[in-house]
Amino acid sequence: MGEAIVVTSGKGGVGKTTTSANIGTALALLGKKVCLVDTDIGLRNLDVVMGLENRIIYDLCDVAEGRCRLNQALVKDKRFDELYMLPAAQTKDKNAISPEQVRDIILELKKEYEYVIIDCPAGIEQGFKNAIAGADKAIVVTTPENAAVRDADRVIGLLEGASIQSPKLILNRIRPNMVKSGDMLDLEDVLQVLNIDLIGIVPDDEYVIKAANSGEPTVMNPDSKAAIAYRNIARRILGDTVPLMHLDQKKGMFTRFKKIFGIG
Amino acid sequence: MAVKSNHVTIKGIKDGLVFLLDDECNFEKLLDELRYKLEHSHQNILTGPIIHVDLKLGTRHISEEQKQEMLDILKQKGNLLIRSVEIPEDPEAAVKDSGITIMSGMVRSGQVLHHEGDLMFLGDVNPGGCITCSGDIYILGALRGMAHAGVSGNVEAIIAASHFAPTQLRIAEQISRPPDEWETRETSMEFAYLQDNAMQIDKITNIVRLRRDFNVFKGV
Repeated sequence: MGEAIVVTSGKGGVGKTTTSANIGTALALLGKKVCLVDTDIGLRNLDVVMGLENRIIYDLCDVAEGRCRLNQALVKDKRFDELYMLPAAQTKDKNAISPEQVRDIILELKKEYEYVIIDCPAGIEQGFKNAIAGADKAIVVTTPENAAVRDADRVIGLLEGASIQSPKLILNRIRPNMVKSGDMLDLEDVLQVLNIDLIGIVPDDEYVIKAANSGEPTVMNPDSKAAIAYRNIARRILGDTVPLMHLDQKKGMFTRFKKIFGIG
Repeated sequence: MAVKSNHVTIKGIKDGLVFLLDDECNFEKLLDELRYKLEHSHQNILTGPIIHVDLKLGTRHISEEQKQEMLDILKQKGNLLIRSVEIPEDPEAAVKDSGITIMSGMVRSGQVLHHEGDLMFLGDVNPGGCITCSGDIYILGALRGMAHAGVSGNVEAIIAASHFAPTQLRIAEQISRPPDEWETRETSMEFAYLQDNAMQIDKITNIVRLRRDFNVFKGV
């Protein structure tokens, strides 16, 4: 029996879909059998970020309403044999499906896959309830902004109310320079308010935008800092102990020499 | 059935009867005796014109069901009209007003914790979260959200917190936003109270100036 993890945030635009796509791909990269599920009915994006948009034939609603078998709706990834995606319907809305239907589908997927990553829509309404229905665990994504932290706090409360215990936190889009100058909340500030376990920090990286536009998950490029961050998170999900990455800018050759000689 | 003991005393007053019910014996025993007296020994007084009845239970505490059971027995006699039942106040209600309740957890954004009486809360209240209380609020943790003490109009209520950084404070009808100077204060435990309908903040050590009865060292 596999494990279903919902990726949620409350606020929109903090990187739920990017995180889902990258964690899923990173787990596949580590040899796991993974299925990504997009529950953002009406505003699906996961297929675009994964570059699988043109392969969709059936969707989540078709499965729920019995118009096709689950296996027919699954889209196989073009890079990995063990990575699949269940797309959301684009022509309907969140009320087209019920939490019970999602729960049944996730249960079915868990028999087949080691990890089922559920991409949750923004908000706390029907779409959110659908997304968390079948989840065993939750990852809450937030950015170092007050509004995002506030919404994350609300969502953590709702997750605890829905008895999904101890959700894990990802702090996304950190800008080390701004944190250093005190213009951005730092990790400690966020953890103090939210008071949940951290599973990873991801630096703000322009490459993420480029990768998403080209339908290639960021983790495929090991030169990107964000890619390393997502790979670390995937390893932590598997139970490895991986230290948090240092987000400080790489120092130039000259300053490193100066440090060695103690004159920096 | 012979009931010899005298747990039920029936007295005649000017305009009716008073039933004095013993408050120490078993409640079942009391009902048995009441039933016996009504049906057997005192039939002569209890038949005839309508009589007003007052019930006095002494210090005995009874539940709603027990009360109903007792009244049902009396209602069997059509001529008894129950005018009053004297029951002491529910002891639990009295405890609620005094004493302090301890709760712990975390009040997150969108969550509301309400309590009747004084509350000691172990944990944080996050921005967007809210604690409301009819009495005082003492928070062992950070207050970053909203706290409303004395919700039912008690202007004497206070709000105290280890880390005092609320988004808003309310005591009774008064609403106050933290002015900027609150945040630059030293990090000592603070409390809020009302003085002449204005919100005041002070260090927790000064609480005795407001609440004399809090002080444990009176005199030397």
